Amino acid sequence: MDTRETSPQGYQEIEHTADWELAVWARDLPGLLEQAAQGMYALAGVRWDEKRAREIRFEITAEDAEHLLVRFLSELLYYLEQEGLACFRFALQLNGYHLSAHAWGAPVVQLQKEIKAVTYHRLKVERDTEGLKTRIVFDV
Amino acid sequence: MVMIKDLVKISDYEWEIPKSFREDMRVPVRIFSTRRLLEQVMDDRSLEQAVNSATLPGLVGHVSVMPDMHQGYGFPIGGVAATRYPDGVISPGGIGYDINCGVRLLATRIEFEAAEALIGDLANALNYYCPSGVGTKGTLRMSEKELERVCRDGAQWALKQGLAQEADIRRTEENGCLEGADPSKVSSRAKERGRPQLGTLGAGNHFIEVDVVDQIFDAQAARAMGLQEGHLAVQIHCGSRGFGHQICSDYVEEFQASVKRYGIQLPDRELVCAPLNSPEGQAYLAAMRCAANYAFANRQVLAHNARLAFEQVFAGKVSDWGLYQVYDIAHNMGKIEEHVIDGTKMKVCVHRKGATRAFGPGAPGLPPEYREIGQPVLVPGSMGTASWVLVGTEASMQRTFGSTCHGAGRVMSRAQAKKSVRGDRLRSELESEGIHIRAGSMPGLAEEAPQAYKDVDAVVETVAGANIARKVARLRPIAVIKG
Repeated sequence: MDTRETSPQGYQEIEHTADWELAVWARDLPGLLEQAAQGMYALAGVRWDEKRAREIRFEITAEDAEHLLVRFLSELLYYLEQEGLACFRFALQLNGYHLSAHAWGAPVVQLQKEIKAVTYHRLKVERDTEGLKTRIVFDV
Repeated sequence: MVMIKDLVKISDYEWEIPKSFREDMRVPVRIFSTRRLLEQVMDDRSLEQAVNSATLPGLVGHVSVMPDMHQGYGFPIGGVAATRYPDGVISPGGIGYDINCGVRLLATRIEFEAAEALIGDLANALNYYCPSGVGTKGTLRMSEKELERVCRDGAQWALKQGLAQEADIRRTEENGCLEGADPSKVSSRAKERGRPQLGTLGAGNHFIEVDVVDQIFDAQAARAMGLQEGHLAVQIHCGSRGFGHQICSDYVEEFQASVKRYGIQLPDRELVCAPLNSPEGQAYLAAMRCAANYAFANRQVLAHNARLAFEQVFAGKVSDWGLYQVYDIAHNMGKIEEHVIDGTKMKVCVHRKGATRAFGPGAPGLPPEYREIGQPVLVPGSMGTASWVLVGTEASMQRTFGSTCHGAGRVMSRAQAKKSVRGDRLRSELESEGIHIRAGSMPGLAEEAPQAYKDVDAVVETVAGANIARKVARLRPIAVIKG
């Protein structure tokens, strides 16, 4: 069964020989960004301690939806590696492809696998009757 | 979708996808593979990615694909492509995020029989001295200025710090230092990520492995390398860590605009590129060389730490516990090299992504002891299986821009490997075969299970059959340290 049939937003790991591929879907672009973030953390086996969360804010200006998606996830990877933070709640505001991100980041207590980068390989954010969907390949 | 019927068979080890296969191809694709290995990748996107790579502006000759190929992102893993210098392009995606991911091999004079009872202690000591795992930071604390020295000097920085021997440098590709590295072309974020990670192994498929030299195929070459049957050897497989990942990410993003500026049409955004003679192309080349030098230094620091581990375990128990460098070679790199194409010598930028440089006898830049035999090629197998030492040949120079395979090559997805293999059970199985395992992550271990990879012996038989490398020695693992 297609997982998308059971939920209007979500993510699912797709078979990829060497790297990780994630199918993501949501009603709108902020939702797609949030689901992609959650899927990425799930792939990396991240667990965090919400009790010690702190707020972080960042802004991204992008050319298009794919560019925004890569830059947003890359920003979260940076916080994960450099500050040991995983963002579990988001308030994302979009003005065109300019993103104002307000997120709650919690210290990571478990990180099982390393993601090197978010790639543009075959990346396309597509609209259908349910909303937006995409597939993202991560280099691991 | 590329089908076997679309391929032209040239020999039992070589196939071609002609330029006429797709109208945007600028050169044909040459695949070095047996039919059996080829059939293993027909369900993934390896060949489609090779065809996509063949659309880059300025390509010369053909795109080569090695028998350990598998799908990646942009280029296939196992891909080699050469672009005309200076008016062809350079593509960061054709080199990969882990710039100068590579392998170092160190030989010993320690007989396995004398060491067998101490291999568990050795695995513990290597695990202690060589930090590994996700997000691990090293023991070196570097200022930005010191990092910039690493960028410029590579493994030679380590020599100045007392972390290397002269022979280590001589027996490293490019003496462990690519010229033209410019730290001013590296973002502050990349420097921030790189500073704490020098001297760390990382995670994923990176490892330190203790092997026994199991079989010698070329006595003269093995002697030149210091490899002796029954003796221990050590492999170190890692790259430029978060420093290289960030540099590649930065330039893949910057080149999204460059392709529009230069009117370059591509079938995949991950293949973004810029002319080598453009400001963007030159900036990436200079930054990529910083990451390459960082990786040479990284493997050098790990080799130094491996020496500390050997000293701790073997001092006073064997007469010589030294680790003697055989070679250090990249398999993710972009290099400006001279090659003969259609009878004309020309300067090209060779992109190798999951492919090892394999220069033949007499090639410039080889240390004197390897000039006659050709450049050592290090081909690690999957965890628990054999690894190989090969040398480059005249034919590799003529047919693959001096390149050959880099490993076994994945055949099973990580998701499938996780479903079918349990990390703790795999560790027990390997331990029962006499292979000591030290791993930080059991799911990570499961993803790297031997059944997720092709048969490395079949890959090596293919490159030997195609004469793009020659067999020297086979190594058998006895201890594996993974993040």
